[in-house]
Amino acid sequence: MNNTEKKVHEPVFHVVKRDDMPLWKAWLIRMATIVVSFFIVGFLSIAVTGQSFAGTYETMFSGVFGRLFEGHTTMLWKYLQEIVILLSLALALTPAFKMKFWNCGAEGQALMGGLASIICMIELGDKLPYGALLAVIAITSILAGAIWGVIPAIFKALFNTNETLFTLMMNYIATQIIAYYVYIKGGGSNVINPVSAGNFPSVAGNDYFVNIAIVTVITVVMYIYLKYSKQGYEISVVGESQNTARYVGINVKKVIIRTMIISGALCGITGMLLVAGKDHSININSVGGQGFTAILMSWLGQFNPFIMVVMTAIVVFLRIGVAKVVDTALLNSSFSEIMVGVVILMLVGCEFFIHYSIKFKHKKEAGV
Amino acid sequence: MEKQPAIQLKNITKVFGKVIANKDINLTAYRGEILSILGENGSGKTTLMNMISGIYFPDEGQIFIDEKEAVIASPKDAFSYKIGMIHQHFKLVDVFSAAENIVLGLDEGKYNLKASTEKIKRISEQYGFELDPEKKIYTMSVSEKQTVEIIKVLYRGADILILDEPTAVLTPQETEKLFNILRRMRDDGKCIIIITHKLHEVLSLSDRVSVLRKGEYVGTVNTRETSEAELTEMMVGKKVDLNIQRDEPKDTQERLVVKGITCVDRVGATVLDDVSFTAKSGEILGIAGIAGSGQRELLEAIAGLQHLSSGEILYLNPKTNSIENLRDKTPMQIRNMGVRLSFVPEDRLGMGLVGNMDIIDNMMLRSYSKGHTLFLERKNPKDLAMKIIHDLEVVTPSASTPVRRLSGGNVQKVLVGREIAASPTVLMVAYPVRGLDINSSYMIYNLLNEQKAKGVAVIFVGEDLDVLIELCDRIMVIGSGRITGVVDGRTATKEEIGLLMTKSKHSEEDAGNE
Repeated sequence: MNNTEKKVHEPVFHVVKRDDMPLWKAWLIRMATIVVSFFIVGFLSIAVTGQSFAGTYETMFSGVFGRLFEGHTTMLWKYLQEIVILLSLALALTPAFKMKFWNCGAEGQALMGGLASIICMIELGDKLPYGALLAVIAITSILAGAIWGVIPAIFKALFNTNETLFTLMMNYIATQIIAYYVYIKGGGSNVINPVSAGNFPSVAGNDYFVNIAIVTVITVVMYIYLKYSKQGYEISVVGESQNTARYVGINVKKVIIRTMIISGALCGITGMLLVAGKDHSININSVGGQGFTAILMSWLGQFNPFIMVVMTAIVVFLRIGVAKVVDTALLNSSFSEIMVGVVILMLVGCEFFIHYSIKFKHKKEAGV
Repeated sequence: MEKQPAIQLKNITKVFGKVIANKDINLTAYRGEILSILGENGSGKTTLMNMISGIYFPDEGQIFIDEKEAVIASPKDAFSYKIGMIHQHFKLVDVFSAAENIVLGLDEGKYNLKASTEKIKRISEQYGFELDPEKKIYTMSVSEKQTVEIIKVLYRGADILILDEPTAVLTPQETEKLFNILRRMRDDGKCIIIITHKLHEVLSLSDRVSVLRKGEYVGTVNTRETSEAELTEMMVGKKVDLNIQRDEPKDTQERLVVKGITCVDRVGATVLDDVSFTAKSGEILGIAGIAGSGQRELLEAIAGLQHLSSGEILYLNPKTNSIENLRDKTPMQIRNMGVRLSFVPEDRLGMGLVGNMDIIDNMMLRSYSKGHTLFLERKNPKDLAMKIIHDLEVVTPSASTPVRRLSGGNVQKVLVGREIAASPTVLMVAYPVRGLDINSSYMIYNLLNEQKAKGVAVIFVGEDLDVLIELCDRIMVIGSGRITGVVDGRTATKEEIGLLMTKSKHSEEDAGNE
């Protein structure tokens, strides 16, 4: 045979799937990954800024929490505010993702919600009493987000179009509509000055309290909805297997459309939080790509709202902290986005080691 | 004749996570013999063969080809050792011809289809294959596709052939033809390894039998010196009574009357053609046929999952004595009409259950929508899950283990248990013992017999004709979407059913000339 002189070569390692890792161990790996990635981010920042080790982390910390220990809570509230915006987008995407409907349109759905809010604030601000104005803002932005979300769902249910592309394209339409509106309302400057009517009230002197409270409620309700409601169960069944859903008599089309109305409506609420609760204005960057970061947050949180809280807190911490570091060193702001990318990449990468193990081969003597 | 070892396995071990698929296996196959690898599903037969053909790499142990150590890290390596594997699922390009598929991916220098066709014809003649090299794959029957797969590995010069469950998709006549070809290859000095769990095939075909049980090597016996009972005992680890009980049906009544249903699939092909039959309470109606002859569509049509272009499905309600037409009703509507119809589909984890959900949540599939609250009620499903785990001896760490982690037999027990728990009047089961070990299979047969005794109309779609003949009261044969005959289970023979299975419209017209 021609392979007599062929050397006995063994592969150096091979990858084996495993599904026996205990939950605590999996979470230990994830936590370790986060710690390691924080160090990597620190070292990279030091390498670029030339600051000292301790100084870098101090800047990062003060960038996020400000002078918290001296009793100044302003930065902390800002931090929480940033968390809840990202979190509410992640929560909005979760029911769709659980149904395996890849909604990549949070950006556009939130922008449409925000647009509804700003239109109400500008056009009805002096015509309606404050309470009624807030109610109208809430209803219209929920509707706007829901409509933007349900259009791709209807096409998916009736014609089985690809929802990823469809929702993605809807983002560009939304962006252009916003650009057009800003162009009309902002006159030549292309900026809408902050509107004073229809702003969320401050509670105990805090402007962000309402936003934080609303998202806290949504977090709890979403957890209950997904885990304990019949509709949440239907979402899981449709997501896992449409055939099974049909077999037990679930109306798959109805569930797809209903779930995307919910997903879009929650994105619409986020738009409202951004416009009425935070910026009091709108531009094409109001959501600022968070609709895409939210996709990762939903996944990293494994569709569990409470884990998503932790994940968004970590990512927002990095975003603000590293931004502060590069700011003091007068660097390009893209650096902070690169760092957030590094951390997310590591978190995704560590899943590989949770689901697979690598076996190294001991080299054996031939003929033993 | 001096026997020459073609392939030797020494202390082969392969582990997937916690599951030991193969443990310390030692095995030898000689040239000029047919070796059967016998074992129940999950005993590690296919894993072992996949290591020989380079799909998996063993964690421990060595493989010797012609008494020299070999490292088979890829299917390409396997091919260089002249090992060819014929998988259970064919890997062919539908729009290509047989010849094109055979030479696909092969580097012979120049691409010369004419020369290749000649070579294919020579191989066919040598071993007695019947194959038109120019025929396109999509126009072929399953048995023809299998022929292409076998010639493909022969064309590449394989002299160690591994066949994974080759008869699962064949009629008795086709099986006999295949066996004759395999015998001819053996006489030609090739080493044939055939993976199977069908005892009578082992006995009629192979020279030696190696038995695996739960990943471990049990032993090898000469076929001539063994019996069905001995092999079963080796396979299962204890003595098993292989007789299926069959009681006479008692006070049968018409329960389900199917009248002339026709069903067209998405591309416009007729999958059910004017099908009529009656299922009676208190009897088991078997449905036999080559895989893909319309069995799935027929059951799905009754369950409300297929759109019909004509015909009626009438249900005679034993409680109210009213007649309901189930045509064009959704599964939910059928249930709301008070029709107690249970259905164990062929695709257990893709249709009957949700693999990633635990046993409790899978129990809920049928009942979750009950009641007017917005929230789920998990108490009753949990009780039902515990009851099924206990009554049907489901092996599971707990009721909250995802069902995909259970073995095939336990998955099926969960599914059948849930469907029977709905106390049906009509119970449809599709291939209920496929992939199950012998003990689980017999448990399923017993459950079906219990339902029959309770007066349920049982419809059983099966593939193993021996089982159909032993279990069913009547057997209906389906071929290309048409009912080709109904026979009495107590008097029918396998050959008779096999002929009905391949009978088509065309051959019916010719029948007079023969």
